[in-house]
Amino acid sequence: MIEIKDLHANVAGTEILKGIDLTVNPGEVHAIMGPNGSGKSTLAQVLAGHPNYEVTRGSVTYEGKDVLEMEPEERACEGIFLAFQYPIEIHGISNAYFLRAAVNSVRKHQGLEEYDTLEFLDVLDEKLKAIGWDDSLMNRPVNQGFSGGEKKRNEILQMAVLNPKLAILDETDSGLDIDALKTVAEAVNKLRTKDNSTILVTHYQRLLTYIEPDFVHVLANGRIVKSGGKELALELEARGYDWIKTDMAAAV
Amino acid sequence: MSQTAAERFLEQYRTFESNGAGQSPEWIKKLRADAVRRFEETGFPTTRDEEWRFTSVKPIFEKEFALTGQPDREFDDNFIDPNAFRVAVINGKFSSENSVLEGLPEGVTVMSLAHASASHPDLVSRYLGKQAATGGNAFSSLSSAFLRDGVFVHVAAGVEVGKPIEILFAAVEEGVVEHPRVLVVAEPNARLQLVENFVGDEGSRYLRNCVSEIFVEEGAGVELCRLQRESKSAYHTATTHVKQERSSKFDATLVVLGSLIARHDLTYVLDGEGAEGTLRGLYLLDGKQHVDHNTVIDHAMPNCQSKEFLNGVLDGESHAVFTGRIVVREDAQKTDSKQSNNNVLLSESARVDSQPQLEIYADDVRCTHGATLGPLNEDSVLYLRTRGISEVEARRMLTYGFGVEIIDAIGIDGVRESLNQMVRDRLLVEV
Ligand SMILES: Nc1ncnc2c1ncn2[C@@H]1O[C@H](COP(=O)(O)OP(=O)(O)OP(=O)(O)O)[C@@H](O)[C@H]1O
Ligand SMILES: [Mg+2]
Repeated sequence: MIEIKDLHANVAGTEILKGIDLTVNPGEVHAIMGPNGSGKSTLAQVLAGHPNYEVTRGSVTYEGKDVLEMEPEERACEGIFLAFQYPIEIHGISNAYFLRAAVNSVRKHQGLEEYDTLEFLDVLDEKLKAIGWDDSLMNRPVNQGFSGGEKKRNEILQMAVLNPKLAILDETDSGLDIDALKTVAEAVNKLRTKDNSTILVTHYQRLLTYIEPDFVHVLANGRIVKSGGKELALELEARGYDWIKTDMAAAV
Repeated sequence: MSQTAAERFLEQYRTFESNGAGQSPEWIKKLRADAVRRFEETGFPTTRDEEWRFTSVKPIFEKEFALTGQPDREFDDNFIDPNAFRVAVINGKFSSENSVLEGLPEGVTVMSLAHASASHPDLVSRYLGKQAATGGNAFSSLSSAFLRDGVFVHVAAGVEVGKPIEILFAAVEEGVVEHPRVLVVAEPNARLQLVENFVGDEGSRYLRNCVSEIFVEEGAGVELCRLQRESKSAYHTATTHVKQERSSKFDATLVVLGSLIARHDLTYVLDGEGAEGTLRGLYLLDGKQHVDHNTVIDHAMPNCQSKEFLNGVLDGESHAVFTGRIVVREDAQKTDSKQSNNNVLLSESARVDSQPQLEIYADDVRCTHGATLGPLNEDSVLYLRTRGISEVEARRMLTYGFGVEIIDAIGIDGVRESLNQMVRDRLLVEV
């Protein structure tokens, strides 16, 4: 699905990603963990196409296409979705209006008929039902005045409506209470198929008991320094990151 | 030597006073005479006056204006609220035949200001000109000097009007100056929603010089929606004076779409404990439009709240000026005051001069203010793009959202819906 090779990226002139290699196949769930400031969100933003991040080396191939050559909206239309660690507030635009504009852009790109208001409301209703949420946030401006948990839920709703092939969830579990975490995890699981893939950035093993990853990677100082199965997450939970850093130092 | 603009207006005043205007009651004549004296002293402001630093009135007076237009002009029904009581002001005069006031509840008076001055002199003289006389400018003096007619709205104590009252100021003829006057009194615990709707014929050059005085007495609640859609070749000068008594609420939304040069001086005097005043504004400018808002929120008493949010979207070579003075007097402890002026510039030649001015003489107060200026927030643009929305559309949506945020807070349904559509057509669809 996506193949990242030797990816280097700068922010404001400082190199943050220092050679990332990662391959995600259809149907797989990969978890990325790692200390604060190690570059996880930077990786996510680079994949989404944020113009402030400058790629200096390496390649990203998605379904055979060069992602780095694509505009952010093109990536979205081709099925890449990023749930932001810090979702942005959009003044004056209702959530429903925003979602419809988004899904119609994607449909147009895919050569499908755009939804009119009524069709869209049906689709929205169906998605909301599927993930067991109500429509209370629909007529409010996007993320404005939403609680931390509501913002995260809103990201998942957008994902449900846009139905991406590759979803990158950047700490969607942070700031959620236990019940909210469960509903978000259930929502993600419901949207999982054998054809789509998920990259979960998280600090907590807890999310991974609800969404079982096929692989766990540790990102430290701009590189993936360790990869393993889901048991790696348990080990990290028990031991922290220091032992990996020590291992690395020994290896150098 | 050629006559100055001020001299022309003085001559016009003398003709006006010696003609038909002479039928007015003595106290009105005195009000005019006092005003013309003030005008004679000040003349028109220049950019050397601190308050007019960014706005030159010189272009307004390059050509003369006649004092009256044709008496039997055609009237275009440009009312914006389908549900409101209707008042039409044509040539600065209250037009009964084009007004729809059947069903006004008892205790609500809406009538010609000229008639009211004659039939209720005690009541009208208690309020008229009282605010504008003090702290006004050359234009509000002229308004009083040429005072003839306008609209008088009076809501008796405890009465709720029920439906909004919309005043439509019909298009002014080419080359004419008009001085429409509005006096609003909401007695204790009265409730009123008011719309001031100024329209013009596109391409027509004229000067509309307005003064509205609004008295919100103890416990009363007034919402005002003021929509300025003058011709983009016209001039609009305005003074709005609001005086609020104890525990009253006043909430205004200004929307500016029209005029070539506009200057609006707006003052709230929070003159009783616990009064709350809100001012929201949206101006959408392009071409060579120049719009200057000069606001004063005067906290004279303790425990009052004021909120002021002005948003502007500027394209072309347009120029917006905002001067926001907040005065907190010595007695006004526990004042809570917020102010913001945010501007989105869509073109590199558009310009904004925004200056907050805080004058605080009390010590236990909370005042926040801020101004922003620039293109759209790039993180917001990216966020929309990551949802598949094209960059052009993302910018359009954000600009629309920024503008419509002000409109969405309007409590008068018919006006909110129409304006929402207007802003949508302007910012979201077209561009
Ligand atoms: N715009 C920026 N300007 C300067 N430095 C930046 C900018 N954005 C990110 N950085 C730096 O890049 C580094 C990596 O940040 P990133 O957000 O990718 O970390 P993270 O792994 O997601 O951390 P966390 O777990 O706290 O979310 C940090 O040191 C951060 O300060
Ligand atoms: Mg992060």
